[in-house]
Formats: sequence, structure tokens, C-alpha cells
Amino acid sequence: MIKATNLLFGYSEEREKALNGVNFTAEKGEFIAVLGSNGCGKSTLAKHFNAILLPEEGTVEVEGMLTTQDDRLFDIRQKVGMVFQNPDNQIVATIVEEDVAFALENMGVEPSEIRRRIDEAMEKTGVYKFKDKAPHHLSGGQKQRVAIAGIIAMRPDYIVLDEPTAMLDPEGRRKVLKTIKSLNKEYGITVILITHYMDEAAQADRIVVMSKGKVVKEGTPKEIFSQVELVKSLSLDVPQTSEIAYELGKLGHNLSTEAISIDECAQQLYNFLKG
Amino acid sequence: MLKDITIGQHFPGNSPVHRLDPRIKILATIAYVVFLFLATNAVGLVLSIAMVLALYVVAQIPLKMLKKSLKPMIPIIIFTVILNLFFITGDGDPLFRVWKISVYTEGIMFCIVMIVRILCLISGTSLLTYTTSPIQLTDGLERLMKPLNVVKFPVHEMAMMMTIALRFIPTLIEETDKIISAQKSRGAMLDSGSFTDRVKALVPILIPLFISAFRRADELATAMECRCYHGGANRTRLKQLKITSNDIICTAVCVVAFGVIFATRFFFTPLI
Repeated sequence: MIKATNLLFGYSEEREKALNGVNFTAEKGEFIAVLGSNGCGKSTLAKHFNAILLPEEGTVEVEGMLTTQDDRLFDIRQKVGMVFQNPDNQIVATIVEEDVAFALENMGVEPSEIRRRIDEAMEKTGVYKFKDKAPHHLSGGQKQRVAIAGIIAMRPDYIVLDEPTAMLDPEGRRKVLKTIKSLNKEYGITVILITHYMDEAAQADRIVVMSKGKVVKEGTPKEIFSQVELVKSLSLDVPQTSEIAYELGKLGHNLSTEAISIDECAQQLYNFLKG
Repeated sequence: MLKDITIGQHFPGNSPVHRLDPRIKILATIAYVVFLFLATNAVGLVLSIAMVLALYVVAQIPLKMLKKSLKPMIPIIIFTVILNLFFITGDGDPLFRVWKISVYTEGIMFCIVMIVRILCLISGTSLLTYTTSPIQLTDGLERLMKPLNVVKFPVHEMAMMMTIALRFIPTLIEETDKIISAQKSRGAMLDSGSFTDRVKALVPILIPLFISAFRRADELATAMECRCYHGGANRTRLKQLKITSNDIICTAVCVVAFGVIFATRFFFTPLI
């Protein structure tokens, strides 16, 4: 479990606090999406989960270890992996498999064990076929999956992804998201996904909405996106499926904004049009 | 346009020279340079030339590549020749005189020796970079310099810096291309004007490039921290360098060749 309690953090004295009393928990096996407009503190929060940033006040606990415990630093970082937005700036080595091995080399794992684990990690993320290539010959989506492989080679229990699809084309985005989902569903890794894409957030088990350094709303995608006006007031969008129900609702038709999957929405519209 | 630049001029292949352990290759190259300067007689020099040529043939590097790497040396060679030819004085009578300068036999000999040495030096070291990928080279250097850790020399950090530099060269080249296009689209004149104008036009390219490089460095550092990076202590490596039979054979060949080149000193009169 990752547990943040009354988290307070500011980058400088003068500016407003980036995190202003955040409470957050992630249970094992969950798929959580974190939403919020730019500058709401979601990236800052993410960097607290593996002790890249340390809280000014409050605590962050990972499996019972406080992130302020120096002697547990590498245990925490091994348990909580992190993937960032720009894949180019996270790849260290000049060959894909060497990069995937980077974390394990740092952890001092035996070479034969490194081999086994990176092969497994590359299989899971579908980049095995590029293992001998140079990273700059890959597409953005492929590079991002290499970065994810580099993280899951550590066998973390949690993986925090900070807008991993923001720089990718639709095809790369789809594949990266598919990889993330399979890590959660098939391998039981807890996923904390920070995103601006509502269709990605809609696939999560739970959504956490942040604004001005605070968690303002929490709930299942249905609960969150059915409150269209609230979501819009936080300068966020709702998925198109909720949007259509909401707009039709404004015209006086009674449709549920809870139908957020495309199938549900289509069924609802079908019923509505039929009579 | 900039994308075509190749760094290190690696020429991939699968010859015994390519497969040779990078540590041995680096050491052998250094030894070759040393023996080149110990060989002062005609036979030794001819053998040195023969050895490097034989290695090129074994490594299947086209001689075209060799020509390419030697070409930039021509001005240096000409410079050396002129200096040595005119300023070395011998014991006997001068061979001939040009205006006030006399040329001696010793001068000519010295020139020949120097030319052979420079050419062999460049061919030998080029062979190292042609047959070894940059990453192998870094790896080999890191392991060879490991003993320097005793005197607190940051060996691992140096190697890490080299790896990251190699990794980011293509990324930064691509970015430079983009910035050039962006500045051109805003009317920057990069290809025209006087020399000073062109140098000045580089400023709006370099500044964004540097800013972005710093941002990248910052993000990369965070990503490395996330992956438990904490310097070279207790670090293992995925690829272990192992001494194979190929390495042993190649080392033996080199030792014999160097021995023969060195032995010529005792049997033939030196040219200089």
C-alpha cells in the first residue's frame, strides 16, 4: 500500500504550495488514474511516491516504509517504479537491452539473473524484437515501452506513469495503454496513471481528481464522469460518451451520463432513438 | 542532413578482429604504437606496415576506408617532411643544396621513417575504431582503467558520461535539425551573408539547444535516480567480458609479431 497523509510541499518559499494537504492511498492491484489541470500538483505528488521529492510536512509510506528513511531508499525505489512523459529523456544506454538492464545493474543483480529478468520484461511490454536496436531508431511509442520494460525489470509492485502517452501518436498511445493495462490485469502490478486523456482515465478502477494542490474528488470513472458540470468546472473534459448524454440531457432528454464505455453509450442511444 | 553523421566510424563485421575482446584490442593498439617507435630499421618498419595491412585484410575492412582515414593526414605529413628535410643536418657532405638550405641523407631517411610511422599510427588506431562499437570501446576502457579507482579516479563516472554522450548524440542532432528548420521558417538567414553574419546566426540555434539539453539532463538524472542509480559501487553488468580462444590466439599472434618487430633492432642497422 502507498499511503500519503497530509502531504505539504512547495518548490520555493514565495510561490504557492504545490501540494497543500494531500491524502492519497493506493491499494495493491488497483488501477488508479490521477486527473487535474496543469500545475495542480499531480506530477509533484507522483515524485513523492518513490522519494524523488520528500514531504515538507506529512508522510508518505510505501509498504510500511517511510520515504524519509534513508536506509530504505533503494527498497522504495525498487518497489515503486516511475515512467515519465518524454521517452527520450529516460533511456540511458545506446542499446535497448542494455537500457532495460540498467536498473538491475544498479541493484547489483547477478548477470545471469539480469538476462532472465530483462528478457521477461521485454516480452511483457512487447519490445523483445527490438532488443539489439539503438533507441533512436525506434518510434516514440516503442521507446516508451522500452522505458516501461526498464522499470518492470526491477519487478516493482507499483508503477507510476506521469503522462506517458502525451508525446505519442494515436497508434503508439494505444499500444502503450494496452501494455499498461496488461501489467495491471495480468501481472497484478498496481498502476497509478497521471493523464490528460479522459478515455484513458475511464479505463481505471478509480479516479483521483486534483486541483490546486489538493485532492478534490475521488471515485469510480462512472461516479466522476457522471458529474459533468463539476468536472468541467475544474477545467477538465469528460469522455465523449458522457458528453453526449449530458448535452442531450440539457435538451430535456433523460440519458444517463454514467454510460462511459462506448458499448454502453451506443446501447443507450439505441434505446433512446428506438423510443 | 545532420543525421548522416556517424560517430566513431564503426564498421560492423564478424571477423576475429571484430570479435576480439575490446580490452585486448585497446592494449594491442597501444603496444603497436610503442613498437612502431621502437622499430628504427627498414625491416622493422616494413613488418609494421605488413602487420597493419594484414589485420585490415583479416577484418575485411575495405582499403577505401583506410584511404579515407589517411587523407586528412596529408597536410601534417607534408609539414613534417619539409621541416625535417631542411633542418636536419648530417655528418657528411650535404646531398644537394636548394638556395641556402642543404639537404642531407640523414634528413631524407628521417622523413621516410616519420612518414611510415604516421601512416601506420593512423591506420592502426583507425582499425580499433572501425572494428569496435563505441559501447564496447567504453566498456573496455572502463574495465581497463578500473585499477585507477585506487587513486580515486572516477572511472565508472567517466564511462557513464561517455555512454550518455553517445546515447544523446543522435537525439541532439535531430533536435538541432528541428531548431534550424524552426529558425529558418521565421526568416533566419543561415546560409548567406559574411562569415561574421553566419556565426551570429548560430546564436539563436545554440541557445535553445543548450536550454533543452539542460532540461534533458535534469529529466534523465531523475529517471536514473528512479532506477536506483547510485554510482559505480556494487554495480554489476549485463554483459560480462570473457576471454575466449579467439582472444588467446589473437594475443599470441600480436605478441609474436611485436617480438619479431622488436628483434629486428638487433639484426639490422637503424635508418636513423
